[in-house]
Amino acid sequence: MLVKYLPLVGSALLRKKTRTAFTLASLAMAFLLIGLLQAVNSVLAGGADFLGASRLIVQAKTSFTQPLPMRLLPQIESVPGVEFVSHSQFFGGVYQDARNFFPQFAVNPQRLFDTYPEWILPDSQRRAFISTRDGAIAGRLLAEKYGWKVGDIIPLNSFIWTKTDGTRAWEWRLVGIFDGRDEEWSKRAGLMYLNYAQFDEARVAGARGLAGVFAVYVNDPMQSERIAAAIDKKFENSSDETKTQNEQEFQLGFLKQFGDIGFILNAISGAVFFTILILTGYTMSQAVRERIPELAVLKCLGFTDRIVLALVLAESLALCVLGALAGMALATIIPPLVLPPEYPVRINADAWLFVTVAVIVLATAVGLPPALRAMRLKIVDALAGR
Amino acid sequence: MSTLTQIREIVLMNLRSIPQRLGASFVIIIGIGGVVGVLVAMLSMSAGLSKTLTATGNPNRAIILRGGSNGELTSFLDRASATLIKHDPAIARADDSLPLASGELIVVTEVPRKGETGGANVSLRGVEPKAFPLRPELRLVEGRLFRPGLRELIVGDGAFHEFDGLDIGRRLKFRGSYWTVVGHFKTDDAHDSELWADLETTQSAFGRSGVSSVLVRLTSVDAFDSLKLRLTEDPQLNVDVLTEREFFSAQSASTTSTIRIITTVVTIIMAIGALFGALNTMYSAVSARTAEIGTLRAIGFGSAPVVASVMAEAMALSLIGGSLGAGIAYALFNGYSVSTLGGNFTQIAFNFAVTPALVMQGLVWALVIGFLGGLFPAVRAARLPVTEALRG
Repeated sequence: MLVKYLPLVGSALLRKKTRTAFTLASLAMAFLLIGLLQAVNSVLAGGADFLGASRLIVQAKTSFTQPLPMRLLPQIESVPGVEFVSHSQFFGGVYQDARNFFPQFAVNPQRLFDTYPEWILPDSQRRAFISTRDGAIAGRLLAEKYGWKVGDIIPLNSFIWTKTDGTRAWEWRLVGIFDGRDEEWSKRAGLMYLNYAQFDEARVAGARGLAGVFAVYVNDPMQSERIAAAIDKKFENSSDETKTQNEQEFQLGFLKQFGDIGFILNAISGAVFFTILILTGYTMSQAVRERIPELAVLKCLGFTDRIVLALVLAESLALCVLGALAGMALATIIPPLVLPPEYPVRINADAWLFVTVAVIVLATAVGLPPALRAMRLKIVDALAGR
Repeated sequence: MSTLTQIREIVLMNLRSIPQRLGASFVIIIGIGGVVGVLVAMLSMSAGLSKTLTATGNPNRAIILRGGSNGELTSFLDRASATLIKHDPAIARADDSLPLASGELIVVTEVPRKGETGGANVSLRGVEPKAFPLRPELRLVEGRLFRPGLRELIVGDGAFHEFDGLDIGRRLKFRGSYWTVVGHFKTDDAHDSELWADLETTQSAFGRSGVSSVLVRLTSVDAFDSLKLRLTEDPQLNVDVLTEREFFSAQSASTTSTIRIITTVVTIIMAIGALFGALNTMYSAVSARTAEIGTLRAIGFGSAPVVASVMAEAMALSLIGGSLGAGIAYALFNGYSVSTLGGNFTQIAFNFAVTPALVMQGLVWALVIGFLGGLFPAVRAARLPVTEALRG
C-alpha cells in the first residue's frame, strides 16, 4: 500500500540531482563525524560490559599506582564468598624501542588461570608457565604482531623495575600463547603475563613483596558488593587501605582519567548536529517551495492533505537515512584502516542507537515545517502561483 | 568600462542583493560558522594545554631522574644519590649557601572530580624547603604554607577548581591518616594541578624513602651541559638529566598530539561537509540569478566579472560565518577550565586559550571553504550561454 508512493518520493529527490547529491554528501560527512565521536565516547564511557561482576579488583585506596603488599593476600582469601585471588603488578616494559609498548603484568600463573578462566591455552603451555620461573605467556594478537613463537626469549626494558644488579633489562622465556574464549576476549589478547617468581626474586630488595593489585573471583556475583565492602572493612584505618570495586568500575575509573574529553566530544557532536540541521532544513524548504505547483496538482488528482504531508516527511526521512547510512558506512570502514588495532574505536550498538535517534529528530525537525506548509496548501492559490 | 571597473560594479551590486537571498545565505553562514567554531574551540584547547606545559620549565632549571625512567612517577633516587646530585658545582646556591635544589617525591592520590564520586588521579608532590626559592613563580593566593613535620597540604589552583573537597581547612584521608589543606597556590603551569606537602612527611606517610626527582637551579643556562656530563658520567649514579622544559614537554607529548589528531580529523570532516553546503547554496544563488547574469552578459559584461561576483559573495558570507563561529567559540570557551590526563598518569588542569592567531586560522579555513564553494558555481555562471540564461 505504502510502497506505491515510493517512486513519488524518489522522483522528488531526483528532481535536482546536484542539490540532492550535495545535501547527501554533507549529511554523510556529519554522520561520519557523529558516528566516530560517539564510538570514541562509548569507549571512554567504558563499553566494558563483557566484564561480568564476578571479578573484583582490590587496589590501594590512595591510587591504583600504589602497589599493595603481598601479605594482604591470605586475608583477602579468608573473606567468605571469595573463590580465588590473584595479584598482578604492572611491569612497564618496552620491547626493542619505546614505540613498541604493550601492557605486561607480573602474576602468579596458577592464580591467574583460576581468576581469568576466559584465557585459553593448551594444557602443556599452562603447565610450562606454572613451572618456568622466567616464563611468560603472550596474547595471540601480540605474538602475531611481533612474530613470536613458543620458546623465544623476549627482552623487555622496564621503565619501572630495576633488578638487583642495577639494570632494567629483563629477559623472559615465552612458554605459551593464549587466546580469548570468545570473540570479545580474543580482541583483548594483546597483553603479556610474566611469572611473578623471577620478577620478585630479581627486583631490588626494597620493592620485594609488593603484589600490585589483587583480582578476586567470587562464586556468586550477586554477593560481590557485600564481599567488596567486607574486604575494604578488613583493611580500614591500616596503612594499606584498599578500594574494592568490580572489574568494570575499575576499568571505567581508568578511562575516566581522560576527564572532560567526553564532554567536549559531545559538545562537538551537538555543534555538528545543529549545523547540519540548518543546512538540510534550508534545502528541504527550498525543495518544497519549488514544487508548490506540482504539489497542488497532486492534490487536484485526489491526494489527501495527510498523504501530501506524509510524502514530504518521507522525502526528508529518506534524505536523512541515506546520508546517515553513507556516513556510518564510512565510519565503519575508516577507523580499522587508519587506527592501529589497540585503539578499539569501532561503531557499536550505542553509536547506532545515537545515530538512529539523531536521524529521526533531524528528519522531523527538517521535514515537518515544509510538510505542514505542503499540507495546508490551497489548490487554487498554489496553481495561481500566489 | 575596464574589466576592473566592471568587477567592482558587479561585485557591489551582487553584495547589495544578498539580503534578497537571505535564507540561502544563512546556510553558508551557519555551516561555516559551525566549522570555524568547532575548529577554534578545539585548537584553543590544545593551545591552552601547551601554554600550561611550556610555562612549566625555566631554562635555568634542570631536573634529574633515574636513568631510563619515563617520568617522575617511575623514577626513584635514593637519599645518597639525591645528596650527591645536590652538591654538583653547576647548581646555584641560596643566601644561606645551601644548594638551590629540591628532592621531590611524587605519589598518586585519588581525589573526586567536582560533582562525581569516582576518583581522579592527582599528584601529591613532597617538596623540600628549597622548592619555593627555586620556583619564584609560585605564589600563595590563600592560607599559608604547610609546616614541616605536620600532615598539611597546599593545593594548586587548577586542582582546587577541578576537584572536590580541597577548600582550606578540609581534611583528606590518604593511607589511613588525615591531611589538612592549609593553603592555595598558583604557578600558572602544570604544578597548578598538584597537591604539595613536606617531603619527609610524605615519605613517612607513604612508607617511601628517597625521592622521585631532584630539581635544581643552575648557576647559568650554560652550566647545564657540564652538569649533565658530570652526573651521567658519575659511576655512583644512574641518572637522566633534562632541562625542566624538555622534561615537561616530553611528559605531555602524547596528550598534546592526541588532541591535535582529533582536532585535525574533526575539522577536515566538518570542512568537507560545510563545503558541500556552500556549493549547494552558491549553485542555487547562481540559478536564482540566471536571468540577471544573462542580462549582464548581454549588455557587455565579461565572464571574469561574473566569476568575481559569485566568488565575492561566497567569500563574504564565509567570512561572516567564520567570524560568527570564532566569536561564539571565544564567548563560550575562552578561559574555560578542564582537566585531562597529563604526565605521571595524573590529571593536568588547564584553561582553553582562544588567541588571535587561532581566530585567524579559523578565518583562513572559512575563506578556503568559501573559495572552493564559490569557484564551481562561479565558473558555471560564467559559462552559461547568454541566450539560454536570458530565458531564465
